[in-house]
Amino acid sequence: MTPGHPTLPAPPPWADAVTAAGLFAVDPLGTAGIVLRAMAGPVRARWLEGLYRLLPPAMPVRRLPLHVADGRLLGGLDLAATLQSGRPVAERGLLAEADGGVVLAAMAERIGSSAAARLTAALDTGQVVLERDGLALRSPARFGVVALDEGLADDEQPPSGLIDRLGFRLDLTAVALRDALEPGPEPEEVSAARSLLAEVRVPDDIVEALCGAGLALGIASLRAPMLAVRVARAAAALDGRTIVTQDDAALAARLVLACRATQLPVAEPPPAEDESPEPPDETDRDDGDDDDTPDLDQPLEDMILAAAQAAMPLGLLARLRAPGGGRSRARSAGKAGALQASTLRGRPIGVRRGEPRAGARLNVVETLRAAAPWQGLRRQEWTAQGQPVRRRIEVRKDDFRVTRFKRRSETTTIFVVDASGSAALHRLAEAKGAVELLLADCYIRRDQVALIAFRGRGADLLLPPTRSLVRAKRSLAGLPGGGGTPLAAGVDAATLLAEDVRRRGQTPALVFLTDARANIARDGAGGRPRAEEEALSAARRLAELGVSVLMVDTSPHGQPFAQRLAEAMRAHYLPLPRADAASVSAAVRVVSAA
Amino acid sequence: MSAVFPFSAIVGQDEMKHALLIAAVDQSVGGVLVFGDRGTGKSTAVRALAELLPKMKVVEQCRYGCDPLADASVCADDCSVRKVGRVPKAKQVPVPVVDLPLGATEDRVVGALDLERALTKGEKAFEPGLLAKAHRGFLYIDEVNLLEDHLVDLLLDVAASGENVVEREGLSLRHPARFVLVGSGNPEEGELRPQLLDRFGLSVEVTTPTDLPTRVDVVRRRDAFERDSAGFLERWKKEETKLRRRITQAKTRLPEVKVTDATLERAAQLCLALGTDGLRGELTLIRAARAAASLAGAAEVDDTHLKQVAPSALRHRLRRDPLDEAGSTVRVERAITELFGE
Repeated sequence: MTPGHPTLPAPPPWADAVTAAGLFAVDPLGTAGIVLRAMAGPVRARWLEGLYRLLPPAMPVRRLPLHVADGRLLGGLDLAATLQSGRPVAERGLLAEADGGVVLAAMAERIGSSAAARLTAALDTGQVVLERDGLALRSPARFGVVALDEGLADDEQPPSGLIDRLGFRLDLTAVALRDALEPGPEPEEVSAARSLLAEVRVPDDIVEALCGAGLALGIASLRAPMLAVRVARAAAALDGRTIVTQDDAALAARLVLACRATQLPVAEPPPAEDESPEPPDETDRDDGDDDDTPDLDQPLEDMILAAAQAAMPLGLLARLRAPGGGRSRARSAGKAGALQASTLRGRPIGVRRGEPRAGARLNVVETLRAAAPWQGLRRQEWTAQGQPVRRRIEVRKDDFRVTRFKRRSETTTIFVVDASGSAALHRLAEAKGAVELLLADCYIRRDQVALIAFRGRGADLLLPPTRSLVRAKRSLAGLPGGGGTPLAAGVDAATLLAEDVRRRGQTPALVFLTDARANIARDGAGGRPRAEEEALSAARRLAELGVSVLMVDTSPHGQPFAQRLAEAMRAHYLPLPRADAASVSAAVRVVSAA
Repeated sequence: MSAVFPFSAIVGQDEMKHALLIAAVDQSVGGVLVFGDRGTGKSTAVRALAELLPKMKVVEQCRYGCDPLADASVCADDCSVRKVGRVPKAKQVPVPVVDLPLGATEDRVVGALDLERALTKGEKAFEPGLLAKAHRGFLYIDEVNLLEDHLVDLLLDVAASGENVVEREGLSLRHPARFVLVGSGNPEEGELRPQLLDRFGLSVEVTTPTDLPTRVDVVRRRDAFERDSAGFLERWKKEETKLRRRITQAKTRLPEVKVTDATLERAAQLCLALGTDGLRGELTLIRAARAAASLAGAAEVDDTHLKQVAPSALRHRLRRDPLDEAGSTVRVERAITELFGE
């Protein structure tokens, strides 16, 4: 906390939520949107009702269904109208229909990265570019987004690209209906503010202070301060003023910046901002002339920072204060990855032109749709050749559409790394090296990788299945070592993840790197015999899955127990008396090819 | 439709801007990949580039935007009308910067039967797709790492051969499709297939600026642009004109920029030191350095130009070395320092 600037208590979440609704209603396009985390229920319903009341009556509000098809989202050929009128008729997509209004995204935490990318592309350019079904169209699509996030766990979040672009992030999960009383701004105030908005000026020092506060809170994205400036402007307009004041900026910091913080500002920041502990970055410069500008605005910036800090959720504060400096950028991005993985199928992901050969399934409806517009032409061809029209509907090879599924051959290699004290002593570094080599291999094969580490009392999923080498390397580099060897917990976690991967229609492959000196049982108690017994039973359960497993024994002389464990999980056993990363990599290649 | 943020008003991100300018000066450099953090103005820069490009000459009746001086034999139908030995009528058009939006279907990318004519007149006619539109210009793919696999295959094929072969609905034709591939994306959302990565001549990594004055500048300019885009564009018009002239001049001067044997050797040494695969890296390095020299108004490529473009030209061609903790950028820079001293 910044000494000398007592942090004012932040208003309760509900009050902030209705204020945010008012500000969003003043400028849906500028503030871009709201991520509302809350379960479906009366509180959320009341908030939405309040928001609708504030929006102009004529404003379009379109609900975005979760698994919306591209044709509906972006637009496409209106087949019925096309056939009826005898010329191509385009059907507007949902995003174009929402122009000048609001898109309401339900269950936003489950939106796939591709649907999110279409949404964000429209947010960025203000239009929908359609290149589909023989149509090339550009239609305006300027809208604000209300993303209803029903995620429960921390890693269930809307795609980070979407979150980054939306101004507000609200959390109503802890709000009870009896606390949701404050009505917020009135529709008349909001509409007055809307007409005032264009005249509102933002003084330079406010812009600087908001940028500085963003930097001090470790917010990398530049969209955050931009959004904060716009929110501050809307706040001034809502208050009937044409000049943005400190209070508006403080409100904007609370609503826009606080939830994005990745670090606590250092106490009493010294003259240059650059000295605050930031994610290391090569562009970080120490310009001499930096110093004077922030200096002037220190009080203002501190005030804004204090406002932002007061609004930070408790959990976030605790995490940021934790030794080791809170969430790095990689961490928050990891959440995006978890989500992405959930969009990876087991389900159809679209249609493409192609023949229904082995592995491809014909999509009859889409095939008929594709054939329909050409029927007239084809009939004519028959007539021109002097032949009678033989079939009612003529389907040709070019019409065939097949449903695309996620490629079945995709493999997810799960690394289960022993990071306990005994392993660390031996060769955690070598294990890391081996994993990195394997990662490079997986990258070339377009496989996904996941990383589980076990140490101390349990196992952690450090990296959900991903294709990003960057993230895999990062989470591996940050792998700490030390503590006991909870082998059973590690095997259990691997089994769970392997099941999960298989449910998504992918093929799991497991690689264990351990010295198998199990000494922690599932319940966290010490003791070798019980720990080993549990590890063996866990291994047998894993064997029932029938996935390919490689057990790399990293102990210096080879452990008999490791061999028994490998047998129990029907794994290939590879002792590594003096092996290096390259030989492990070679062994895994053989196993996963099998 | 909506106003485009001017290129010259983009704060910082010099490597990205420079790479795009190089591609504008010499299209044979072969594409630019911009990878990096969110909210760093990646797509803003590419869209802004479109406004900067000088016009080009095309054959008047050609739907594929053929060069009047080029060989007509590669063109599909329209250009074949021109007689041997006669330069056809030409007109000036803006260099195309074509957006390949996510969700585009194959028929629009490759081209297909013209639906309108089929329905209204019962005729079979080819409707060129995005590849045809992008001929001699730029094809821009935002979120390139989210592009569907079958579209990637298609692009790889066309980018390698420089022509698009269409076989569908009884139509069989080919037309030239040479374009500069420009892709942008965020590496956190998955990486690119190595084959696609290789198609890009230059690759740039962008990060958000972390110093306050730059950040304030970005926010302030963006805000000014959004509030009054016409006024903002007017204020930046002079800068834009200056930059456009610089590109035009660099383009004209390009054939005269000399590359000495010593420089060629330096480039080869650098590629050797880094162990880049194949000759493409070396070729791109030389071409990019020549364009950079031309942009700088130099008559000859020297070490400064090589040093300037080497990171962009080579960083995505290094063999992955997972045991080397340093990123590829650092590795390139290390090699440069070793070779050029300092």
